[in-house]
Amino acid sequence: MTDRMIVSATINGEPLEFLADQRDSLLEALRERIGLTGTKEGCNDGNCGACSVLMDGRLVNSCLVMAAEVEGADVTTVEGLATEDGLIPLQQAFLEEAALQCGICTPGFLVASKALLDANPNPTEYEARYWLAGNLCRCTGYDKIIRAVLKAAEA
Amino acid sequence: MVATEKPGNYQVVGTRPIRHDGTDKVTGRAGYGADYQAAGMLFGRVLRSPHAHARIKSIDTSKAEALEGVRGVITNADFPQPDDSQVEIGEGATTSARWMLDNVLAGEKVLYTGHAVAAVAATDPHIAEDALDLIEVEYEVLEPVMDVREAMDENAPVLHDFLRTEQIASAFGPGDMVGQKPTNVAKYLEFKAGDADAGFEEADVVVEREFTTTMAHQGYIEPHNGSAFYNRDGHITIWSSTQGAFGVRDMTAGLLQVPVSQVTCEPVEIGGGFGGKIGIYLEPLAALLSKQTGKPVKFTMTRQAVLEATGPTSGTYMRVKVGAKNDGTLTAAHVYLVFEAGAYPGSPMGAGAMCALAPYQVPNAHVEGYDVVLNKPKVAAYRAPGAPASEYAVESVMDEVAQQLELDPMDFRLKNAAVEGSRRPDGAVYGVIGNEEVMEVVKSSDHYRSELQGENRGRGVAMGFWFNVGMESSAYASVQADGTVSLSLGSADIGGTRASIAMQLAETLGISAEDVKPQVVDTDSVGYTMVTGGSRTTFAGGWAAYESAMDIRRQMEERAAAIWDVDRDQVSYSDGGVNGPADDDGNARSMTFKELAGQLAGSGGMIQGRADVNSMEAGPAFAGHIVDVEVDPETGKVDILRYTAVQDAGTAIHPSYVEGQIQGGVAQGVGMALTEEYFYAPDGRLLNSSLLDYRMPTALDLPMIETHIVEVPNPGHPYGVRGVGEVPIVPPAPAIANAIADAIGLRMRDLPMSPRAMLEELLPDEG
Repeated sequence: MTDRMIVSATINGEPLEFLADQRDSLLEALRERIGLTGTKEGCNDGNCGACSVLMDGRLVNSCLVMAAEVEGADVTTVEGLATEDGLIPLQQAFLEEAALQCGICTPGFLVASKALLDANPNPTEYEARYWLAGNLCRCTGYDKIIRAVLKAAEA
Repeated sequence: MVATEKPGNYQVVGTRPIRHDGTDKVTGRAGYGADYQAAGMLFGRVLRSPHAHARIKSIDTSKAEALEGVRGVITNADFPQPDDSQVEIGEGATTSARWMLDNVLAGEKVLYTGHAVAAVAATDPHIAEDALDLIEVEYEVLEPVMDVREAMDENAPVLHDFLRTEQIASAFGPGDMVGQKPTNVAKYLEFKAGDADAGFEEADVVVEREFTTTMAHQGYIEPHNGSAFYNRDGHITIWSSTQGAFGVRDMTAGLLQVPVSQVTCEPVEIGGGFGGKIGIYLEPLAALLSKQTGKPVKFTMTRQAVLEATGPTSGTYMRVKVGAKNDGTLTAAHVYLVFEAGAYPGSPMGAGAMCALAPYQVPNAHVEGYDVVLNKPKVAAYRAPGAPASEYAVESVMDEVAQQLELDPMDFRLKNAAVEGSRRPDGAVYGVIGNEEVMEVVKSSDHYRSELQGENRGRGVAMGFWFNVGMESSAYASVQADGTVSLSLGSADIGGTRASIAMQLAETLGISAEDVKPQVVDTDSVGYTMVTGGSRTTFAGGWAAYESAMDIRRQMEERAAAIWDVDRDQVSYSDGGVNGPADDDGNARSMTFKELAGQLAGSGGMIQGRADVNSMEAGPAFAGHIVDVEVDPETGKVDILRYTAVQDAGTAIHPSYVEGQIQGGVAQGVGMALTEEYFYAPDGRLLNSSLLDYRMPTALDLPMIETHIVEVPNPGHPYGVRGVGEVPIVPPAPAIANAIADAIGLRMRDLPMSPRAMLEELLPDEG
């Protein structure tokens, strides 16, 4: 049997303990151990950004973080973006600007865009493209995603 | 043929409502195939071949089976062995059941690196991975065939001893077996119009060039997945992110040799497909392992496996020769295409051949094509399959002809533009098309008329064509008492088709898009619906929704007549409700849709509309693109400065998603043009099987993509819809190649035009 450990972390604002295999990435733990499947696997080697989450406010690829590393950390996934007041401006802008087609990259783009706007509330188009270059989208050609992020920045 | 409804005078069509499934997709709630979870679920993993070509001498799974946590291991031999009967695989194409099974799990031979050899189910994903290392496979390694022209050689190693050449005259339908000897050439296609030799004699200018393209992958961000539960009563339920749930049902039932009624495909979201998620890879493995273990089994594919063993589109070798008179009139063309099929026959060579010259009137044409197997993955459909390659070659030559004749490239194209009534070299005659209209919009666009200044900068244009298809779709629409309609569909929604189909139902009933609740349902809950592909879903799904709404309208007229106690034919449905004759006091009788919906339960019961349409009248799509590039002569890198895409959509139902399809197609075309390639070692190993090394465009590689939607309504659809999804991938590569030529005078005739390929041309030859 493989080695397991109990990990304590704050996930989307809620304190949580979960059992992780010592080989689990944070992505695997979120999806298969905790049941938070909004975070997506696209490549499992840090090249597509579909698994983007915030760890203590910092943008990370959850496939490149071991589950054990989040002990004591504060993790935000796409499921933690909306508030009691409803969708955040980024989510609303993605809907209004038709910034998603299949939607598989959308959780990663929303989390990465949130990290961008937290760090730089008024990015230029170039800054938004530069920041989001770690997230691949194959459906949209990025046009409407960039427009949505710039629109949310104005909100 | 149906009459197009009052074009342009729409309430819902042409607006931009928020898609119905949007909230689920921005909150992480939407359920994709890999999100499937069930109590006791096992995790599946696949052992893949390290060799491109080898005979499997033996497979020993005993050590893997003995590992604690492993519940099952299967190989090809565990499947019921098929005969050579043909199986429907979507878009009218068929394959043999034997080839399909052998591609799912290799039979006697492995035919490409990454070919599946065995599958494991275990209680934990890591245990399943460990188990793969314990499976012992003994291979007799054979010489691989990696170059398509070498594969055609008589002395090349042969992949399939039984394969003989079949001669065909069209991409659709069977042909004649003409070959006598084992070969790698699966198909030869030829068609002629007029007399090409005489046409070249008439020409003042003749340009003949050679081109190659490499395999390129669809690159969906979601890897393949497939989960299944085999119930004790023998019923199989499948969760798979697929473009066609009915196809997955039919193919899986075929491989397991059970009736289709024994298989249900649940609707799950799909994270991109572009043609690559029509076939099956994992679903039969999950079903068979679930049968063996009694547990639900989930498979997900690694990115490496996605690149090595699924998709891609064909690499090609092509020659194109075009002749024209000094006034720019085309006299003749010869197109010679060799397409890689991958390990089993079935490249999109036929479609490529039929599309190659499609935007033009070519009086004398000779088109030849070859479908050739070699030790690379079995190709899958990829957005306008075959057209990006063949039209890249033709549009590059057209540009050179215009240049030699010192004609404006758009004037040259307009002079030869195919119009209504023109006959394509393969014999098809066009109905109402928007080819000239698209060319005119390109020519008069702000982009085309603007000045482009600066060193190493250039502008290119290219046209694109794709057939689009219609085929079968169903819809079931249920009127609710609150005046809304629940709409059940069988089409996977890859890019907003719940919305675009619901909008056509709403338009027909005169209600709002928000009052329609579209949902994708399982294969037992709606009529047969073909794959989401061929740019057909908004066309055919929308038509089924229209017919469902007309069914509701007829029933509502009958119901209103009964409520008012008037003759049936005195009631008509218009402007979002029923209208009848004036009552005794002279007051007009009318009820809105909502008012009547509220009275249905008490007046005889609720109303449902349903429809099944099967159309062969899809409207062809034309696109014209303009691109400005800047070439860095130091690094060979090509930057896209400005991009404009013009396209005839027929009618744009939801313009935002039409624009999105165009922009997405452009991005994939740019990737195909500049960076994406399959890079194989001579021994057949794929050297760039990660998204770091298989380089798709990022947000930083592209500018905003300007779109101009032209609307020449398709007379073969109630709302004039043509398909929009595929054609935008066609023009980018030739437009960029033509722009590079304009910038630095260099004609690039091999894709991709990567920095490496550019530098090989730009740097002085040091011998």
